[in-house]
Amino acid sequence: MGMAADSEFHVLAVDDSIIDRKVIERLLKTSSYQVTTVDSGSKALEFLGLREDDGINPNTPSVSPNNHRWRLQEVEVNLVITDYCMPGMTDYGLLKKIKESSSLKNIPVVIMSSENVPSRISRCLEEGAEEFLLKPVKLSDLKKLRPHMLRTKIKSHNGKQEPEELGMPDEKIGFPSPKQEEQQQQQPQSKNNKRKAMEEDVSPERTRPRLNGITTMV
Amino acid sequence: MLGLDADQLRADMNRLLAFLFHQGILDEQFLQLQQLQDENSPNFVSEVVNIYFHESEKLLRNLRSLLTMDRELLSFDKIGIHLNQFIGSSSSIGAQRVRNICVAFRAASDNNNRTGCLRSLEVLEHEHCILKNKLHELFQIEQQILLAAAVRYPVLN
Repeated sequence: MGMAADSEFHVLAVDDSIIDRKVIERLLKTSSYQVTTVDSGSKALEFLGLREDDGINPNTPSVSPNNHRWRLQEVEVNLVITDYCMPGMTDYGLLKKIKESSSLKNIPVVIMSSENVPSRISRCLEEGAEEFLLKPVKLSDLKKLRPHMLRTKIKSHNGKQEPEELGMPDEKIGFPSPKQEEQQQQQPQSKNNKRKAMEEDVSPERTRPRLNGITTMV
Repeated sequence: MLGLDADQLRADMNRLLAFLFHQGILDEQFLQLQQLQDENSPNFVSEVVNIYFHESEKLLRNLRSLLTMDRELLSFDKIGIHLNQFIGSSSSIGAQRVRNICVAFRAASDNNNRTGCLRSLEVLEHEHCILKNKLHELFQIEQQILLAAAVRYPVLN
């Protein structure tokens, strides 16, 4: 059994590949997180309570006739981990939408990609992603996630929530840098300590449209 | 006596795994998948592998039909898109050799090289077949080990 505190963390995983969804779900569950997986950026936004087209704030009472029947109650999500390149949404699309939303911008977003492209990594970090993970993602990669979730928990509960995990001897959280520990706001800012060699040319990446007969539905 | 020797079977399984890693058919990602298998998810690896083959067989069929189209209709873009998916999935289960062939295949496709693509496809189909057979063998041995353990310990001591 994982530590009770960990299962309070809910991660939303977004990936159009059914295999990657299965693997990331197992990785996250093994790390004692609650997991929801969706196969597209728009489904992710729906789950988060934000509609892609009009950015409705889920906190405002909504009597609009446009209420989507799939609209869910706002579920607390402590982190979004998403594939970089998915059909139906432009690159960085989900990340941008989350960071531009007043209700969602404080949710840490982690990007996964199978390609190690320095300009892509920089851009993601500039757009507000907390981490950039290279696929295939390993269990050890997930250790990087907890500090980001802890930070938001502490912030939202105003210190009521004790970060007990910090004292555990077998936990190697390894806060990347002191400045992030003191950070109160999840603001997109240049993270020089994570940036790899930068190249400014951003080559157009191929998007992957859905293939016939291979629907990936959750 | 059913002739199931768990120790012998385990040795067989380890030998097969060692072979697969040594030959570069599988890489460490497969080990990662095995680590994720536990009592909460006892069939995780075979489930993932089954999904993989279900998907990869479709991809292979699509690639075959895409490449046998008339030249004017041939879309290297579509081929590239299929290969991206193939590369991603293969990488996620640790199917290293299949993945590498897809990468070479994609290079041929990027160069609009139909002949190169056809050649790559044949190699890919061949390697895919090997992978499927070997993994099937692996899971069979695993099943036998479970059976052997059940036979050996039918009653609590």
